[in-house]
Amino acid sequence: MIPPIAKILARHLLRGPHTMKDAPRPDPNGVAELAEALGRRARARLGRSLSIREVDAGSCNGCELEIHAVNHPIYDLERFGIRFVASPRHADVLLVTGPVTRNMEEALRRTVEATPEPRWIVAMGDCARDGGCFAGSYAVVGGVSDVVPVDLHIPGCPPSPRQILAGLLALLDAADKG
Amino acid sequence: MMGDVTLLEFLSLGRPVEGHRPWPRFLLDQKGWRLLIDRLRVAEWSVMAEWAERSDIHVALRDDSTGDIAVASHHCPDRRFLALGNVRPGVIRIERAIHDVWGLAPVGLEDKRHWLDHGRWPSRMPLAAQPMGPSAEPDAYPFLKAVGEGLHQIPVGPVHAGVIEPGHFRFHCQGEAVVRLEQRLGYQHKGIEGLLSGASLDKAARIAGRVSGDSTVAYSLAFARAVEAATGCEVPPRAHWLRGVMAEMERVANHVFDIGAVCNDAAFAVMLSHMGVLREKIVRANDALFGHRLNMDRVVPGGVSHDLSDEGAEALKHLLHGFVRQFEEAYLLYENTPSLSDRTVSTGIVQTSLIHRFAAGGFVGRASGRGHDARQSPGYPPYDKLDMTVPVLTEGDVNARVLIRFAEARESLHLINRMLHEMPEGAFRVPVPEVAGEGLGLAESFRGEVVVWLRIGADGMIERCHPHDPSWFQWPLLEAAIEGNIVADFPLCNKSFNCSYSGHDL
Repeated sequence: MIPPIAKILARHLLRGPHTMKDAPRPDPNGVAELAEALGRRARARLGRSLSIREVDAGSCNGCELEIHAVNHPIYDLERFGIRFVASPRHADVLLVTGPVTRNMEEALRRTVEATPEPRWIVAMGDCARDGGCFAGSYAVVGGVSDVVPVDLHIPGCPPSPRQILAGLLALLDAADKG
Repeated sequence: MMGDVTLLEFLSLGRPVEGHRPWPRFLLDQKGWRLLIDRLRVAEWSVMAEWAERSDIHVALRDDSTGDIAVASHHCPDRRFLALGNVRPGVIRIERAIHDVWGLAPVGLEDKRHWLDHGRWPSRMPLAAQPMGPSAEPDAYPFLKAVGEGLHQIPVGPVHAGVIEPGHFRFHCQGEAVVRLEQRLGYQHKGIEGLLSGASLDKAARIAGRVSGDSTVAYSLAFARAVEAATGCEVPPRAHWLRGVMAEMERVANHVFDIGAVCNDAAFAVMLSHMGVLREKIVRANDALFGHRLNMDRVVPGGVSHDLSDEGAEALKHLLHGFVRQFEEAYLLYENTPSLSDRTVSTGIVQTSLIHRFAAGGFVGRASGRGHDARQSPGYPPYDKLDMTVPVLTEGDVNARVLIRFAEARESLHLINRMLHEMPEGAFRVPVPEVAGEGLGLAESFRGEVVVWLRIGADGMIERCHPHDPSWFQWPLLEAAIEGNIVADFPLCNKSFNCSYSGHDL
């Protein structure tokens, strides 16, 4: 019997990968927002490589599903030189999801402190903007910007992989120009 | 003989509560509540969920021999109640959480540590009649000790290395072997029960769909069914079938991705890529057919928000045809990769006896011999018109939990196909009558049984709503599963459980 893995590998060698061809354009709103943020900050060049550390500060885990999706072969984030890393100490970007719960507030602050400068903080999802449908609860501080400074917001509930890509590409563009 | 009394016979000693549907609710006095706890020592009744109000405690029970479901309530104006945790260990954390949030003290519970309250809220017991002032500083959690020569601790979290939700794990290890794992959760606590009280139906439905994002359809469904039971709303038949399609799509999407992620944690990344592509097919179909990749807010009280066109149904049938082939390819790959089986077989075993004591459902229960599935018992449309099989294994290891997912996803694909062929025509949504009432709604999420209980006031607003996640009864078993395994197998075990942090922390 031909091992099943051989069949899968052979098919991808012959037919090419699943990866989507048309990468989304950088989100123009994101670029404007970022250009402003970069003007205020140290203009360091990162080149075409960004390391992202994801921090869930209280999400419903819907955003996490879509972050997983951008790492699939179809959206394949890594082809743009963007990858997810395991530690904030290796990260240029913190991608924060969820309304920030009171129980995660300190953990989020400490994660930001552990991330070396220059760093960008991206708030992802509608909850991350202002707490979304969880705003006003005793257990929720609010949006990410209520706790740490935010450079870019990616809207959506949850944002689609295209929106995430467009947002992160906007970040790359801005970092390049910076 | 004691076991001969059925749940309903026993609860008839209490006072039935008017307007609770579709299953009865009984008010038990102090003596009745104590008798209930005595009876639970021997009876084959499962606790489905437990929740509180300011001065009431409620527990939803299922009689495993007759299948009857009922809610037992106990009024406790002195804000103390006899704990069920001593006879049903699965609810210990729930009762600790009730104390933290509602201020009702579980009497007799040995573990008096806070659970969801980390000492960081603006008040303690925030939903009690009289909340207490805030804690001066965050609590230091007293983890249980493990003593012995050469033991060391590994603290992990709340921020983990991967893209997952926050939670803290404290390992006590002897060399590589885990002697004890203790979880500390609650980081995701958003105060959902507080937000739901006083919310309009629309707002509450939106929040209910975001208790645990990966099970959004199941939560929306359980919530909608509870609202419909409370208000006596008759849902058109087509809506049931559309809900069924959405629920099974969600199950397939989650199961295939979980399988990929488990294999990835055993360093077999090909499976994650393959399954990621498969999952994307399902969520894109969701987006094309119903307008949202995860079908959030698509199941609403009274029906569904979007109808399925004939072309849409045809396109989905066509998609599933190719999907099944690639899915079976993945199954062959899983079954024929010895290096992978080496990691998954006999890793992280959960004993059947424990599964029954905790009444754990979903793939965690079914991989260890407990075959409960809410789609069958009590059952709800459209599944009552479809014969379905619920796979059960007894090995209880990571491999069994993966194989159950394969079997369930296969069954779901089959069910979707049948639903598409047999779906009746007609309306897909009706308005919900504005009447007061209490309702209990169940739905089988990919993880297990989601229970939603609610009371609607005369003004049509939610007075009180409690969503119960199946993870409550699965998280504690992960602590048992990892014992004696090596630390490096923890990600594998954890992913094979894939409990919800958000659904549990509420």
